[in-house]
Amino acid sequence: MTNALEIKGLRKTYRGGFEALKGVDLVVQEGDFYALLGPNGAGKSTTIGIISSLVNKTAGDVKVFGFDLDTQINEVKQHIGLVPQEFNFNQFETVLQIVVNQAGYYGVPRDLAKQRAEKYLNQLGLWEKRNDRARTLSGGMKRRLMIARALLHEPKLLILDEPTAGVDIELRRSMWDFLTRINKQGVTIILTTHYLEEAEVLCRNIGIIDKGLIIENTTMKRLLSQLNIETFVLDLAPSEVPPRVTSAEARVIDDHTLEVDVVKSAGLNSVFNELSEQGIKVLSMRNKANRLEELFVTLVEQGRKPKETV
Amino acid sequence: MQNPIHFTALKTIWIKECTRFLRIWVQTLVPPAITMSLYFIIFGSLIGSRIGEMGGVSYMEFIVPGLIMMSVITNAYSNVASSFFSAKFQRNLEEMLVAPVSNITIILGYVGGGVARALLVAIIVTLVSGFFVELSIQNFGMIVITVVLTATLFALGGLLNAMFAKTFDDISIIPTFILTPLTYLGGVFYSITLLPDFWQSVSQFNPIIYMVNGFRYGFIGVSDIAPETALGVLLVFNIGFFVLAWWLLKRGTGTRT
Repeated sequence: MTNALEIKGLRKTYRGGFEALKGVDLVVQEGDFYALLGPNGAGKSTTIGIISSLVNKTAGDVKVFGFDLDTQINEVKQHIGLVPQEFNFNQFETVLQIVVNQAGYYGVPRDLAKQRAEKYLNQLGLWEKRNDRARTLSGGMKRRLMIARALLHEPKLLILDEPTAGVDIELRRSMWDFLTRINKQGVTIILTTHYLEEAEVLCRNIGIIDKGLIIENTTMKRLLSQLNIETFVLDLAPSEVPPRVTSAEARVIDDHTLEVDVVKSAGLNSVFNELSEQGIKVLSMRNKANRLEELFVTLVEQGRKPKETV
Repeated sequence: MQNPIHFTALKTIWIKECTRFLRIWVQTLVPPAITMSLYFIIFGSLIGSRIGEMGGVSYMEFIVPGLIMMSVITNAYSNVASSFFSAKFQRNLEEMLVAPVSNITIILGYVGGGVARALLVAIIVTLVSGFFVELSIQNFGMIVITVVLTATLFALGGLLNAMFAKTFDDISIIPTFILTPLTYLGGVFYSITLLPDFWQSVSQFNPIIYMVNGFRYGFIGVSDIAPETALGVLLVFNIGFFVLAWWLLKRGTGTRT
């Protein structure tokens, strides 16, 4: 299988001496949905900036579908669609102008660009807004506009730099569906995000970058299997004594709630035993991750269902 | 394969630029018409009638080409400076930088937009001047070449300014402190032959003298500078500015980190 992206020894030292990348090696295969994760300032955006030629590299090689960034930059650019972190379209232009102009920069004739604009704006629920100025759109619509704009020249590699930042959960999920669909159609996707559950749901492979170096590059399954600790929230019956747990890392959230980090191999029995010895009754228990998210989506979906009338 | 891509990209940038200045026509096209009308009334009709002839024609006829050129210079410069800097500031310039748009195409697109606005303003100001004076044309080719080269030169100047600019103040400093004095001292309102020898020699270093006189030659057939010299200076400056803009864009000055 062809490599969609191949990075070797990528380095970037900014003016002033800050070394953002210290020799990044990375391979993303064609058709992959790849998560590039890392804390703030780890080098994610610099890496993306170099791939999309917004940042000049200091050293190293970058190839996109076999095309070299140094010698075949136009071919490289033609294959990439970029959805940057910040809104960077002209706020005074209309939605249609923004996407059609972007296609024009890639040499797509205006008539064809308009056809594609209709296709992608429809898919992203923005066609009705095509004649509205970008500044009048909501945050979620602006995010979707960024995705539509990046797809107009039909790139084979789509790079999304925190595409769902600040987007409500319902919209985030619809964007996940859309991205999954285009990935299935053959578009390789590289995603950076701070929402780890987003990477978990969408991506097959994952790279973790920290302090300018790739510190993990593996499949999502393998990485998740390394997760050794789970957090549980225990709802407790009212008690005169505060709960005390020594067999696991625990935090008292309030009078009735205890949060416990449990090592998978150790299990929860010892925690229950300790609480039982103190005469504290556990009323219910839940896994901490994504509970509110699921509840919110369920409530919204229920609220949208047509109500029965008598 | 590549040429049609570049042509489509160029057309896109140019249309985008023209759409921008036409969308804000109240800010871009109306002010020059009003300002120049005031110049025609005050300097041409009121004061000009007391001055009499200059260069063998009425004072009004003498200053009209210079005033048109003044509008061309200001509009070509400010159009590209503000548009390119805004694109840089709002980061929508990245739309072009990530696409296979060559640096030459970016320059031609932006400069083309600036030239289009400058020429449209030139036509408007010329039409307005028709209410005050009957313009004669001695050399139409010279008029067209001079106005196009001048608009191109100052559009390139605006682009260079915008590349280096870090704040909106930076794009108003050069027009205020350099461009305006050079324009007013560039023979718009007087013939440099009226100046003492020393100041005539100093004036030779003002590039705007060449543009105003070349343009004026096209209208009234009289110029303080030989038309060939005027065109030569314009051509040299244009080539120099273009090469500099291309090199800076290639280096990523003000556009890439």
